[in-house]
Amino acid sequence: MIDARTLDYDHDEESVLFTRPPVAAPVPDPFALQTDGTTFRGISARGAAAWALGVVLTGFYVLLYWFPAYLEPLIRLADPLSHLLARKDADQWFLYGTLYTLAVLVFGARMLRRHRGNPYQLLRTVSVMFFQLGFAFLLPNLLKALHQPEFYFTYFWPLKPDYFWPAGYGMGWILDSGKLGPFLIVWGLIMSFLATPVLTYFFGKRWYCSWVCGCGGLAETAGDPFRHLSDKSTRAWRIERAIIYPVLGFVVLTTALLWIDHLTSHAVFGTAAPALRRTYGFWIGALFSGVIGVGFYPLLGARVWCRFGCPMAAILGILQRTFSRFRITTNGDQCMSCGNCSTFCEMGIDVRSYAQKGEDIVRASCVGCGI
Amino acid sequence: MHVAIIGNGIAGITAAQRIRARQPDWRITVISGESRHHYSRPALMYVWMGHMRYADTKPYEDGHWERQRIDLVRDWVTRIDTDAGRLVLHRGDPIAYDRLLLATGSKPNRFGWKGQDLEGVQGLYGLMDLQRLRANTERCSRAVIVGGGLIGIELGEMLHTQGIHVTFLVREKSYWGNVLPGEESGMVNRLVRAHGFDLRLETQLAEIVDDGSGRAGAVVTDGGDRIECQLVGLTAGVSPNLDLVRDTPVATGRGVRVDASLRTNVEGVFAAGDCAELATGGDGPGRLEQVWYTGKEQGEVAGDVIAGSERSYEPRIWYNSAKFLDLEYQVYGRVNRAVPGERSLYWEHPDGRHAVRLVHVDGTLIGVNVMGMRYRHLVCEAWIREGRDVEHVMSHLADAHFDPEFFRRHEADIVPALRAAHRGEGREAAA
Repeated sequence: MIDARTLDYDHDEESVLFTRPPVAAPVPDPFALQTDGTTFRGISARGAAAWALGVVLTGFYVLLYWFPAYLEPLIRLADPLSHLLARKDADQWFLYGTLYTLAVLVFGARMLRRHRGNPYQLLRTVSVMFFQLGFAFLLPNLLKALHQPEFYFTYFWPLKPDYFWPAGYGMGWILDSGKLGPFLIVWGLIMSFLATPVLTYFFGKRWYCSWVCGCGGLAETAGDPFRHLSDKSTRAWRIERAIIYPVLGFVVLTTALLWIDHLTSHAVFGTAAPALRRTYGFWIGALFSGVIGVGFYPLLGARVWCRFGCPMAAILGILQRTFSRFRITTNGDQCMSCGNCSTFCEMGIDVRSYAQKGEDIVRASCVGCGI
Repeated sequence: MHVAIIGNGIAGITAAQRIRARQPDWRITVISGESRHHYSRPALMYVWMGHMRYADTKPYEDGHWERQRIDLVRDWVTRIDTDAGRLVLHRGDPIAYDRLLLATGSKPNRFGWKGQDLEGVQGLYGLMDLQRLRANTERCSRAVIVGGGLIGIELGEMLHTQGIHVTFLVREKSYWGNVLPGEESGMVNRLVRAHGFDLRLETQLAEIVDDGSGRAGAVVTDGGDRIECQLVGLTAGVSPNLDLVRDTPVATGRGVRVDASLRTNVEGVFAAGDCAELATGGDGPGRLEQVWYTGKEQGEVAGDVIAGSERSYEPRIWYNSAKFLDLEYQVYGRVNRAVPGERSLYWEHPDGRHAVRLVHVDGTLIGVNVMGMRYRHLVCEAWIREGRDVEHVMSHLADAHFDPEFFRRHEADIVPALRAAHRGEGREAAA
């Protein structure tokens, strides 16, 4: 009494049937609310287009950090804007800031259209666009024009560790630039040591990571098409914790050593502290945060730096995990384990494993993106 | 002790995990012809539309089953020999068992329509249907879906994303009209039509016409209309899959008949999930429960009982949730069940995409229906379980709010409207 046609069915679970589009699928609308075609289109499914984009982005960062001369034609194109905002010729960092901000605004607009029915997404996207444009682009350039420190109010220790490094490593050039200096140092102190624990207590780390931070801003806008590329395995979670806390340790150690060095006039560690700082700057600041962080968007998703490296995220994560009131809850026992939540979690959290047990999601890495 | 489980859906797999939790040393084998690993069947539509890969729909990492020492066999069972305690397989060697759990799920209904076995005619149940759908949509510009319910709207959405024109043939007066109350069903009708679907209500399938090559080429409705199409989707409900059980001593009605502890009439044989028919006392027809969470709960009970821990299956207060295209729906308790003395308090937003309904008997809440908003399951369930008065519910409606932050709250409109409706009922009763 068994239907022979049923028995003939024999699929290979990894078969291409389930990753190629149905024949005759029309080109999806990139502004559509639904994530149709995510697993089919090359750009979002690690196809040739994604690899090409990854190479271009990675290449751009390598040139930016180590061979800026090759970017000369582009930098000159940015001169008019640089003169307007900062009263200076453009350099590679101005070019970078311009392209970065442009990306956040353009892809932010895409997010606004995509999530036009969702007030949380609209507010959050406007927030990151505002902080990137206002505080991470216009204001620092205005400060440059006014011969003040080129200060980024939305970045503080340990993400921008130089703001708390002594003398010539950071605080020196801030304080030397006149009356504004001490205010900026105090601002950094308040943000790092007062605002951070208080806001994280009430809101979880999302107040920073998906509403303010520029890295987060790019990830939530230009990185939106790549959310699902994060690795959800327990192995990846182990690797995440094995890297992010040592990086935090690294920056704390570097900070401590630089201060000891400064206060004892290099008596204790000789050249170790500056060497440590250069090492941190190269491996973490440039390679991890820049080259891999953004260059690998189309291959590993948009939150590789945030999840595996950022020391700010490490601290916020510890606070979120241990004492924050923020929770993502599931609705009773409604979960039917479809997997959309895990698939689209940009931080690689296996959300489903909590949801199908009716548990709250309390994870250090959750940035509360609301997707 | 060897437990064999036929079917790796939510019922079978939940039972397997429960047995393993209680009996660390027993052998447990889960057999399925559809897939090696348990996956979330509700996610099939997302695989088709490219939201997820098949691998993403598996609730557990593949290594989980080895770690649990639950053996997975990818094969079809072709015969059950209950006397010998043996399963005959399509490809592999027979499997002997001490305990057997039937978790064979269900099959899309075919009501004997002419042409229902033509090529291009299919249901939507499992992975094989996705494979068929891919073949059937290769040269398809028009599809007809028979039956207006949750699977029908999913299939409609799937085909729509491919630019295929879809016609629904719905027997009821309104979409899913045997479950949704009138106003909410009307909301779905408007939504379906607004998205460009051809919705034909109070229309049934009469015949599927051969295009001359053994494939479906058109359908004819009971009204005599002929609709050219290349694909016919059969989504007029599901029935328990009894193919394996019919030739055995296991008693069946519409499904595999089981008692309160999910035992069949045959010693050592149990059933759970879509395929099980729960006795409701005496020899009369039992109850079928064909959703994900009931499969899970039945699997828990079956697993416990098989593992030696006696208990009865006690259905919870009913709940369900679904999406009609982009319109979310939730139900708690009894709504549209023709309960004697039931009355409804209904509110609908002017935009026609948000609604809430409180169903009560003499003021005691028995059901809640929600469209376009999210309500808290455990709050609604508690209200119903505690027999709360609708006055209490209306005063505490905000407790059930589960929409994300910053979403517009509607209580300020809802509560006065429901109160007015309730007062109106009081006046009617007094008159």
